[in-house]
Amino acid sequence: MINKEVKKIEQAISGVVSGMTLMFGGFGLSGIPENSIEALAKLNIFDLTCISNNAGVDDFGLGLLLKRRQIKKMISSYVGENAEFERQMLSKELDVELIPQGTLAERCRAGGAGIPAFFTPAGYGTEVQQEKEIRVFDGKKYILENALIADFSFVKAWKGDAAGNLIYKGTARNFNPLMAMAGKITVAEVEELVPAGELDPNQIHTPGVFVQRIIQGERFEKRIENRTVRNL
Amino acid sequence: MALDKEEIAKRIAQELENNTYVNLGIGIPTLVANYVPENINVEFQSENGVLGMGPFPYKGQEDPDMINAGKQTITTLPGAVLFDSAISFAMIRGRHIQLSVLGAMEVAENGDIANWKIPGKMVKGMGGAMDLVASSENIIVAMTHTNRQGKSKLLKKCTLPITGVSCIKKIVTDLAVVEVTPYGFKLTERAPGVDVEEIVQATEADLIIKGDIPEMDL
Repeated sequence: MINKEVKKIEQAISGVVSGMTLMFGGFGLSGIPENSIEALAKLNIFDLTCISNNAGVDDFGLGLLLKRRQIKKMISSYVGENAEFERQMLSKELDVELIPQGTLAERCRAGGAGIPAFFTPAGYGTEVQQEKEIRVFDGKKYILENALIADFSFVKAWKGDAAGNLIYKGTARNFNPLMAMAGKITVAEVEELVPAGELDPNQIHTPGVFVQRIIQGERFEKRIENRTVRNL
Repeated sequence: MALDKEEIAKRIAQELENNTYVNLGIGIPTLVANYVPENINVEFQSENGVLGMGPFPYKGQEDPDMINAGKQTITTLPGAVLFDSAISFAMIRGRHIQLSVLGAMEVAENGDIANWKIPGKMVKGMGGAMDLVASSENIIVAMTHTNRQGKSKLLKKCTLPITGVSCIKKIVTDLAVVEVTPYGFKLTERAPGVDVEEIVQATEADLIIKGDIPEMDL
């Protein structure tokens, strides 16, 4: 067993410097690596390119890095819940690349899987197509999309072991397994870190080979973005 | 009377086919789940990684690890399954989901749809909409017939950046049901109490109108 466990969040994020490309798992606020983000928001690192499906909200998640102007470029599929984000984007302080959600997921997966590019129908005939190569397969048009990799990927899981194996819970899985694959260094924070051998190998979602550092998260707020309940 | 959002959802629910997988977008489409006919069995997929979505939770049962694409708290039904975003879009792109219902800002008579961006004003992003419209076998749009300024959302050509090309099959609005045909928009039903002339006035594009247009049966 290769032990990936680190004890302090400062160790977990060490090596991140200005100008790097970082991936963050999560959908909305569900399954975001909140401990890593909080720690990064305390560092004087700037000009980051961040790849994340969403951009958090003003005072939580990636909103914390946005507020301190640490992000130069954001690559996302949907950014509608963050007023500061929209302001920075419309005033062109922030460079934003919006890409279809399925394309984003597959570009991360491909990056981690050694596939440099792939053809997808999503975005054909739209602004997303830009100058990308178009190819026709069985009469349908597809555009060529390149894989994504990151200097660091930050992911969040429910349980993990010292070997870096991860199990997610509910819809908090989302982009985490794909971004875990696509990081040169992947940092996983978990709600419960157990010794190797305690997780059933049949039930593991992300094999530890994709994870370089794993840490028991100190605190998880797990904020709900849009609390919706049924009428009795 | 023009339909309200709930009634639009109710009309769309009549389009659901038995034993199919369905993806519902944010907004009016989400409401469709409330009106599934009794004899119809469908499974709802949410792009963030769940198939077999159930109703909203009771107060006190909300789980931050269980949300839908609109970030609303949800529950799951027996037989539900959870997966990552790449698998989710494999289901969508790979045409394993039979129907998508989504909202729109504009639909053109050739089936183009615009729903992700108003240049210089509002940029929320396309989320999963471009993947959905590029691949779904059947796509129904749920929207109001006109925008807040009273302008038609059914157009000869979209004015906003499009989300997908020639992909929409049917539109259900507060005024009408319109099919997208190779010859353009075809009016097939009207909202109860709304006459054909009113629909024509509210529609910038031409409408194909053949014979008597029945009222929706809600």
